Amino acid sequence: MNYLIDRRLNGRNKSAVNRERFIRRYKDHIRRSVKGMIAERSITDMAKGGDVKVPAKDISEPGFRYGTGGDWEFVHPGNKEFVRGDKIPRPEGGGGGSGGGEAGTGESVDDFVFTLSREEFLNIFFEDLELPNLMRTAIAEAEGKKLVRAGYVKEGTPANLSVGRTMKTALARRIALSGPLKEELEEACEALAAATRAGQPQARIAALESRVLELRGRLERLPFLDDVDLRYRHRTTVPRPAARAVMFCLMDVSASMDERKKDLAKRFFTLLYLFLTRKYERVELVFIRHTDEAQEVDEDTFFYDTQSGGTVVYSALELMHQICEARYQRSEWNIYAAQASDGDAFGADPAKSARFLREQVLPLTRYFAYIECPDENQSGNSSLWVEYEEVKGSDLNFAMRRVSQPQEIYPVFRDLFRKEKV
Amino acid sequence: MSPLPHGPEWEFELLQRYDEVIAQTAAEFELDTYPNQIEIINSEQMLDAYASAGLPLGYPHWSYGKAFIRHEQAYRRGYQGLAYEIVINSNPCIAYLMEENSLMMQALVIAHASYGHNSFFKGNYLFKQFTQADAILDYLVFARRYVMECEQRYGVADVEEVIDSCHALMEYGVDRYKRPQPLSAKEKEARRNEIEEHQRRQFNDLWRTLPQATPSSTAASTSVFPEEPEENILYFVEKHSPRLAPWQRELVRIVRKLSQYFYPQTQTKVMNEGWATFWHYTLISRMYDKKLVDDAFMLEFLHSHTNVVTQRGFDQEGYRGVNPYALGFAMMQDVRRICEDPTEEDAAWFPELAGADWRKSLDFAMRNFKDESFIAQYLSPRLIREMRLFVVADHVGKAELEVDSIHDEQGYKRVRRMLADQHKRDNLLPDIQVARYERDGDRSLTLRNQLFRGRPLAEDQANEVLRHLGRLWGFPVRLEAVDAEGRIDGYREWRP
Repeated sequence: MNYLIDRRLNGRNKSAVNRERFIRRYKDHIRRSVKGMIAERSITDMAKGGDVKVPAKDISEPGFRYGTGGDWEFVHPGNKEFVRGDKIPRPEGGGGGSGGGEAGTGESVDDFVFTLSREEFLNIFFEDLELPNLMRTAIAEAEGKKLVRAGYVKEGTPANLSVGRTMKTALARRIALSGPLKEELEEACEALAAATRAGQPQARIAALESRVLELRGRLERLPFLDDVDLRYRHRTTVPRPAARAVMFCLMDVSASMDERKKDLAKRFFTLLYLFLTRKYERVELVFIRHTDEAQEVDEDTFFYDTQSGGTVVYSALELMHQICEARYQRSEWNIYAAQASDGDAFGADPAKSARFLREQVLPLTRYFAYIECPDENQSGNSSLWVEYEEVKGSDLNFAMRRVSQPQEIYPVFRDLFRKEKV
Repeated sequence: MSPLPHGPEWEFELLQRYDEVIAQTAAEFELDTYPNQIEIINSEQMLDAYASAGLPLGYPHWSYGKAFIRHEQAYRRGYQGLAYEIVINSNPCIAYLMEENSLMMQALVIAHASYGHNSFFKGNYLFKQFTQADAILDYLVFARRYVMECEQRYGVADVEEVIDSCHALMEYGVDRYKRPQPLSAKEKEARRNEIEEHQRRQFNDLWRTLPQATPSSTAASTSVFPEEPEENILYFVEKHSPRLAPWQRELVRIVRKLSQYFYPQTQTKVMNEGWATFWHYTLISRMYDKKLVDDAFMLEFLHSHTNVVTQRGFDQEGYRGVNPYALGFAMMQDVRRICEDPTEEDAAWFPELAGADWRKSLDFAMRNFKDESFIAQYLSPRLIREMRLFVVADHVGKAELEVDSIHDEQGYKRVRRMLADQHKRDNLLPDIQVARYERDGDRSLTLRNQLFRGRPLAEDQANEVLRHLGRLWGFPVRLEAVDAEGRIDGYREWRP
């Protein structure tokens, strides 16, 4: 008998586990490749998977093989003109046509290139990164509820009936109730047998017989399942502590931020955005961009819209402060902020901003990161950098870095969000 | 019977009908097969199957992931098509068919795999001796579960290390002459548990404190162990390695058993494919003769068939050596021709075949030969001429290659011998065996590489493998190369 089976609906990803093993084994190579990728990519491509190269030598599986050398004969088809004793010059590279290649040159020496999926790419990308100083600021009551199992109860809906448990109770009840009955029955049977053997009077035997019958009846009448046996699964709700966090992204889009700098800043925020949306489902994001005035925008506008104008850093910090006051109470939210600018601020703005930052903003936030993208040929420190540096001295939850090349973005990003060693 | 419907698309009912007809035709030719189980899979599942060497399930290992990634890459970029089928030597015989195949392809593949390969698996002596079709699926399940259990108990990294090392020696995990013990997953598991339980019960920390007996240096030191060289290195490691824990031994055993399972396939590539190709050709042609399939079907069939059996000349683009399908098919056809319509030359070369019943002769060949012996026995001068086979000698110390023999009177025997040798295991794998185990000395293990016609080992790979062996052995391992006169020619060592 032959069977014809349609397996197409069966699982496809049988090799997923092997693939994952492979990736784990070559994590170092892959990590190196991934690091390089970020510099080469446009912002929209940031989160795509990518090709990873592993040198063929490193992943070869060794075995005892013949090397080149020794005497060999090879049979080939398609002879046209050769006769016995013809000499053929050795092919270049010792392999190829004559078949010397079968021996030692092995497989191609090309690097092993393969494509990481978006998921795998991001996994490696954001490995070991965490939001610093995250604490459970508030236990929000409304959202954090979950049902948990809490033993068994005697009453409930049929849907919650626990069959196993019920049968167990039933069995216990039957054993408990039938035990003494069985003993009595046994005694009665023996007594009956003894009475019959001893030839006791008929009435006595009849009484014993009826006793045996009665006991048997009682045994049989023991219900297999009784109302008292029923057990239902019980669930109860417990509040789930939830840490809520909000991340403010502040970006300077003034005229002095040329395309290159904006690109750097956007790259940084793209990374940040990917990182947050990936690792923290419950992180809220607020995008603020500013020229001489600040506005809150959605993520598309933030990343892809172009706008220009003067520079007033203070406006952005102020807007952030307002939003915090209005929507994100310090007592309930972990507040994070990242700011990117070229540091090109004028007049009183830097000093004012730094003071506002120190006095108003930093006390609210768990962590504030400042990224500066200076001009390529800039030598000294920008005015904002100088002012911020003082802030940095006095505050622990403040970090600042400079980035001038795309390839620096990733290391700086990693540096800022490194997982704290426990 | 009316002709079978034909079209580009297949359906299950149609497949069923084709299968029935093919089965009847196969019965006409008295093909003896295991029951068939034909499974339709899609391309992704085919890639999965590729990765695990065609087995329906395997233990997890990174090398399979690598294979999977490589095949997937090649397939997606269009460098490589996928096989139309994969067939598994099991009882029932499982054949995977790709859903993309046309109706004609499905019929071809059913004839090829489910009747051709299937009967070969059932009949060939190597498969009969070395594999147990009934037990393989159970064993695979056992192996997979065992490996995964070990991973849980001892950690993925430790398990992987052992399996890596075993894979490096996988080709040397084969008994070529001894018939292996039958596999039984259940028994194995029971036995393993028993051993572990016994050891657990017998454990007594006091044993450790007993004074060591002074080794009597007189008795065994002179005798060499093992007495005879052992060709199955993995077996030797499993039985005698001083360092391995029981679970590690079991892993070695699993890899060894799988290697043993694949051994016949490596030895019968030409025959197996030739046989299957011969039968899909013969069965479908027979169906055409009986007007069960129409001309359109037949033309499509011939197109695919000729693709499979194309043999490119050595100087043509895409030449990859002798195509086992082409050689095998041509030889099977040739045997039939010699039986049915022998020439004088055939009668001189194959007196026992000329005029004999071709069905019986082929069946005999299928049952009792492997590639090497099959070619040595049945390659006819006529086929050598047709394929225009020639031998090129590549000898050390000669500046040029030399044409050794061609398809002429003087050359037939030599070409045949050389082509047969080319399909010998020794031609691919250096002869390396376990020579000595210093049981009473430093516990080192010595392998001996018997050099054959001055062919050296590939250096860096050999060192790698030695390192892997050392990891399994736990004490120094050596590899000595011995030339034909028994002189030691090379020597390498690995110390933990």
